[in-house]
Amino acid sequence: MSNPGSAPLVAVDGLTKRFPIAAGLFRKPTSFIHAVDDVSFRLGGSESLGLVGESGCGKTTVGKLLVKLLEPTGGNITYRFPAPAVGGHLAGSVEASNIRGRQLRVFRRQAQMIFQDPYESMNPRRTVYDTIAEPLAVQGIGDVVGRLDRVSEILNLVGLTPAGAFLFRRPHELSGGQRQRVAIARALVIGPSFVVADEPTSMLDVSSRTGIMSLMQELAERLGIAYLYITHDLAVARYMCHRIAVMYLGKIVEMAETEELLRNPLHPYTRALLSAVPSPDPMRRREPPNIEGDLSLPIDPPARCRFYDRCPMATERCANSPHPPAEEKAPTHWVACYEA
Amino acid sequence: MPMTTADTEPVLKVVDLSLSYLTRQGPLQAVQSVSFELGRGQSLGLVGESGCGKTSIANCLMRLLPDNGRLTSGQILLDGQDLVPLSEEEMRHFRWGQMAMVFQAAMNALDPVYRVGQQVVEAIEAHGVEVTTAGARERVARLFRMVGLDPQLMERYPHEFSGGMRQRAVIAMALACDPSVIIADEPTTALDVIVQDRLLRELKGVQRELSMSMIYISHDIGVVAEVTDRIGVMYAGRLVELGDTADVFGAPMHPYTAALMSSFPSISGEKHELETLPGEPPNLANPPAGCPFHPRCAYATEECREEFPAQVQRGSRWTACWHPLTDMAGVGQ
Amino acid sequence: MIERPPNQPPPAGEGVSLFGDAPEIDLSRGRVDLTLVRLRMAWRTLRDGWAVFVESRIGVLSLAIIAVFALMAFSHPILMATVWEPDVYDPVTGYAFDRFDHPAPPNWRHPLGTDSLGRDILSQLLFSAKSEFILGITAALVTVGIATTVGAVAAYYGGLVDSLLMRLADLIIALPGISLLIVLSALFNLNLFYLALIIGVLGGFGGTAIILKSQALSIRVKPYIEAARAAGGSHFHVIFVHIIPNLLPLSLLYMMFTVTGAIFAEAVLSFLGLLDIRMSWGIMIHTANVGGYLLSGANYWWLVIPAGASITLLCSAFYLVGRALDEVVNPRLRRHDG
Repeated sequence: MSNPGSAPLVAVDGLTKRFPIAAGLFRKPTSFIHAVDDVSFRLGGSESLGLVGESGCGKTTVGKLLVKLLEPTGGNITYRFPAPAVGGHLAGSVEASNIRGRQLRVFRRQAQMIFQDPYESMNPRRTVYDTIAEPLAVQGIGDVVGRLDRVSEILNLVGLTPAGAFLFRRPHELSGGQRQRVAIARALVIGPSFVVADEPTSMLDVSSRTGIMSLMQELAERLGIAYLYITHDLAVARYMCHRIAVMYLGKIVEMAETEELLRNPLHPYTRALLSAVPSPDPMRRREPPNIEGDLSLPIDPPARCRFYDRCPMATERCANSPHPPAEEKAPTHWVACYEA
Repeated sequence: MPMTTADTEPVLKVVDLSLSYLTRQGPLQAVQSVSFELGRGQSLGLVGESGCGKTSIANCLMRLLPDNGRLTSGQILLDGQDLVPLSEEEMRHFRWGQMAMVFQAAMNALDPVYRVGQQVVEAIEAHGVEVTTAGARERVARLFRMVGLDPQLMERYPHEFSGGMRQRAVIAMALACDPSVIIADEPTTALDVIVQDRLLRELKGVQRELSMSMIYISHDIGVVAEVTDRIGVMYAGRLVELGDTADVFGAPMHPYTAALMSSFPSISGEKHELETLPGEPPNLANPPAGCPFHPRCAYATEECREEFPAQVQRGSRWTACWHPLTDMAGVGQ
Repeated sequence: MIERPPNQPPPAGEGVSLFGDAPEIDLSRGRVDLTLVRLRMAWRTLRDGWAVFVESRIGVLSLAIIAVFALMAFSHPILMATVWEPDVYDPVTGYAFDRFDHPAPPNWRHPLGTDSLGRDILSQLLFSAKSEFILGITAALVTVGIATTVGAVAAYYGGLVDSLLMRLADLIIALPGISLLIVLSALFNLNLFYLALIIGVLGGFGGTAIILKSQALSIRVKPYIEAARAAGGSHFHVIFVHIIPNLLPLSLLYMMFTVTGAIFAEAVLSFLGLLDIRMSWGIMIHTANVGGYLLSGANYWWLVIPAGASITLLCSAFYLVGRALDEVVNPRLRRHDG
């Protein structure tokens, strides 16, 4: 599943992550949650890819694997970062598994993450300055005066002005939207070229949500940042992403350009997701999603299609074949379904 | 406020309700002069951002206020009976019996050490709706079927339920004593869209079937639009617009409602530009003079800064705004 | 939307501090002195914490009691240097030549009387207060220093490190504390400092470590820990910059409780006559007991009541200050708050 054009910033191939269950200190785990299973995609520089799915589908795990907060069980991630403004850099294309020790610290300058919960992602005892300057401090970039200037500058950039009024506030002195701006500032202060945004707006109110969304878009354009935008909300992904990948129980089931995916969903799960979104438009009447049952945890799942149990279109073939491979049904529109 | 949808007396009538919380900074006006009516079998949505007072209203109605909450004025008339002066003992009869609430965090509403069915049975027996345990169990089985749960699940413990199932069990519990009003406070917020969709359909179905009245509280205008007949939009403790859901969302009169609409990303139709509302909601311990929305409002004028606007009535709806938006092009000043 | 328990009032206005406002810095006025700003903020935190603390009457009363004992501890050397002759008033070697009927009841020269060896009780009481403070505070500092580090490390690393440290804690909890101290005092010559160290180490690796670890576990899963790692922070950075500072309020609390435990343990051991300490409240009661006056307490009350009451009062005071601090560091316990 690749995006035509220049060499991708991040190339993910067959990425797999399994979490062991009920493992004691001296016992070998007997079963695994297949949180991410054979996921592949490409992310170009300055591109925004949406990773959409319900809770527990593995989307956050993919994000953490990409910024190396977790180590994968299998598969490859290859990065090709541009030379950074400061410090040493990871030259050419590097494999995630080769980034260790000193290199990991340099890697952190290139790949950052914005977390979901603005109320929990800041240390309540530290000030806005401490929080934003932390990446600079642990990376040993600049001196105290230089950091203060840099932090003030980035506060202005994320719309917290005048910076002086915010520098020494603690999280409880900020609103949800303001906290998320601080979180964005912390992620961007060392000038990354790739940011994983894990549901940055899902805990915010409608009116602050749009502000954060447009801020993130503006900064991506201005600073040339690529996003992996993780969300459960297709409507938000529509506004934030060039392409959308839909995940279901650890697998990417469909991936396409945003408008193409929304207008012409091919996978039955994508269709169900789309028809379940409520809308305030009194003119819009929607069909109920036609899938059954509840989401389960992918604990040692059978080899067949992950969606088989809930699929309205399932056939004999789906029952007896392995999980369908991704096929390009239309240009740049990939679907993993035998019946699509 | 005349009601058009209900021909009979409203089930619930809230008149000039005000609530403040006593805090270190002084009193915090969480709800201010809120009035509305709820007809029999009608569903009313309350929308607004966090801290706008919508959950506080629900807590007022149920009289489940924290120690520092004070009702400073108003009446809550349930079938003509004012709940405000009632003692805690008298209130207990109305709570669950006549008016039941579905909370946002379903896990907290269920006791983890008892079987789910047993908890509902106890609620029924406590209110004397059914005298025999067998009768109560029969009733619970019926309620479970009604909300789309297999009655066999009665014998399970809450932790064996998924999020959606738990929320359904809580709804069944709320329905247990056949209340005339059910208050749902963000019942689907923690759920995924597909589960949410099914739950909303079931909730709506049950409400219609039993011709119950419902107050549905949510920050998600999409959800509210789908389950309610009428809608009230709240801002900074005030009700700023009230009307039939289709009318309000079709052509909002209050600039805040319009802003909510235009900041809502839509999945269908043309991709419209999302508008960002500048600023933050006011500090309720020290709200701005006049209309609380004026610092963020594009149409604000001198009067908006000085006095809270009177209601502008239009048919079955009204708004509290000096410059209500009209269907025609002439918008404000 | 924020999930909030149904009975919780909404936060006090968006973007507004519960405790005053953050210092506003005018960046155009040249260099900002970070240290100065931090000092100002620390002062503010302290002042606001005090405002909550004083709402607890028992807390204030207890603090006053502790202050009185502290004054007593300071007054002893002053009195010895000025009005009290060392021959008469030394708490250990003194002898009240002015009386023949030791233990003498309270009189104007000896407000609390003398013990069976003719020594002034008030002098003993004041002198011992100092020992109790040194003992209690040393033990508390050692306990909390160890427990905080052990708790944070065990919670952060988990796995083998966690298992080893927690099994050690189980072992120490399983040991009967006072009996162990009795055995140790028989083997070694226990003075005040060693006793403080032993009590501190036992507390630090034992129960307190488990409590602080459970708190550290809830901090460890917070997204800001992950954010710090994503920024490139080392394990050391995460533990000492993020986990431990968030444990400190709870540590402070257990410090108070440890003081209580240490003073109590000392009293028991001294009463049994097992410690190599010049004078303490426990030894005062021990002396009364050895002389056979303990059971006829009503007639010789001044031998027992002052020391016993001091132990009870100071122990309770530290404990109650801990409980009042609990309200400061744990806002959920506050009675009314916005």
